[in-house]
Amino acid sequence: MPAKPKIGFYWCASCGGCEEAIVDFAEDILGVLEAVDIVFWPCAMDFKKEDVESLPDGGIAATLLNGAIRTSEQEEMARLLRRKSTYLIAYGACAHMGGIPGLANQFSREELLRYVYEECPTVVNPNHTRPAPSFTNKAGHPLSLPELRNVVRSLDQVVEVDYYVPGCPPTPKITKAALEALLKGQLPPKGTVLAPDIALCEQCPRKASKPTNLSFAGFKRPHLTATDPELCLLAQGIVCMGPATRAGCEAVCICGNMPCTGCFGPTSRVRDHGAKMLSSLCANVAPKQTKEINEVLAGIPDAVGTFYRYGLPTSLLRRKVDLPMNNGKEAR
Amino acid sequence: MSHSSLSTTSEKPGTWEPKIAAFFCNWCTYTAADLAGVSRLKYAPNARVIRLMCSGRVDPQFVVDAFAKGADGVLIGGCHPGDCHYVEGNYKTLRRFEMLQRMLKDLGIEEARLRLEWISASEGEKVKTVINEMVAALTALGPLNLPQRFSTWDEEMDKLEEAAQQQPQADHNEKTEVVHAS
Repeated sequence: MPAKPKIGFYWCASCGGCEEAIVDFAEDILGVLEAVDIVFWPCAMDFKKEDVESLPDGGIAATLLNGAIRTSEQEEMARLLRRKSTYLIAYGACAHMGGIPGLANQFSREELLRYVYEECPTVVNPNHTRPAPSFTNKAGHPLSLPELRNVVRSLDQVVEVDYYVPGCPPTPKITKAALEALLKGQLPPKGTVLAPDIALCEQCPRKASKPTNLSFAGFKRPHLTATDPELCLLAQGIVCMGPATRAGCEAVCICGNMPCTGCFGPTSRVRDHGAKMLSSLCANVAPKQTKEINEVLAGIPDAVGTFYRYGLPTSLLRRKVDLPMNNGKEAR
Repeated sequence: MSHSSLSTTSEKPGTWEPKIAAFFCNWCTYTAADLAGVSRLKYAPNARVIRLMCSGRVDPQFVVDAFAKGADGVLIGGCHPGDCHYVEGNYKTLRRFEMLQRMLKDLGIEEARLRLEWISASEGEKVKTVINEMVAALTALGPLNLPQRFSTWDEEMDKLEEAAQQQPQADHNEKTEVVHAS
């Protein structure tokens, strides 16, 4: 019997939802286990870094890595898994585009550490203790922690990536399709996002009610609105990222009466997801005078968080551009 | 990620001049810039003019990309409200501009770096005034120089790369306790 291909799963800066997505295979996971050997999956099984190091280079057929890269340890693991894997797959929005953790690119490392370890209302830390990369304890043991990077990165900003499986998290259906394509060797050109290359509106059950000429007299926020469960969300004045976002999720959020927030990222023709959505949405604001236009636009209080919710690190600007690097040293 | 630079000449320290990417509509502002030239008006040579059929063609991606590739400022020129050759194009530009400027401010790019002006075909003088004003404002702000900032950001990854090359194989028997964060 020929050896089964080896598969690895790994997580970096992520919430665990992508791991959950693998478990969401339910009984189909048994079919996957029949076809492959899982050689690395720290979230679910007992493997160590040494187990990966002892494999030959390229010895893992494919590694599905989820999460953004924001510590020295994650960088090191990404490099190691790149070397050991024939195909490295960025799995989920964080590895694909930086994801929700990527929104930290609006703040400096000092601002983040100060908030999380000192200012956050639920934190009690009278000694202002912060994590230190190295420390010797009372018994004289040197201890070390990974270093938090100044910048949150997508996987492909750290190592070469072969394929992307988008989503927050990817649906079981597109994950299965990706694994099947891998196992059968029916792979598209390197660098492809393994989801349909069309806008989500094409898959949306409310497409028929999308007006030809959208016109926004104001923007409503979903938690403050009684949303019509049939009508196009844009027609109701709710910011729905569908027109600028890649299809493949089968409009799960919209079927739950919530707008698309863009986790599948843009289609291949768009370089900057946020700028493109801003373009589409704001061009259709109804007023023609600056003052009235701004009154309507005030309905989107957090432009970066709305338009770049999952992709600030891979946007053209990547990060708030005037932030200091290395604890206060200005990077100009 | 590679970013080709907008500059074509190598810059010496102390000789910095602001670079402006100027998106002008074919019917009004570009014609006005042409008129400024024919009228032999003298103005700062810092704007690289890109002619588009309408200011409504200015995708916000073009603006952000210009900054990312090294522009210090972006100027969008279109027809006066009501005069658009395509009726509504300049209104779309105005709405996008208002949101884009707000968003760029949140991302650390000063408001003065992005400017929208309505300049009709007969307003050659206004092309001169606007470009001169913008050069003065950008000179006061200093260089944006995003390509340089991007490479500075990524220097923090080089440290690990260098360390990995200096110590090709870590000694597994070493008595170092490693505490992983995740």
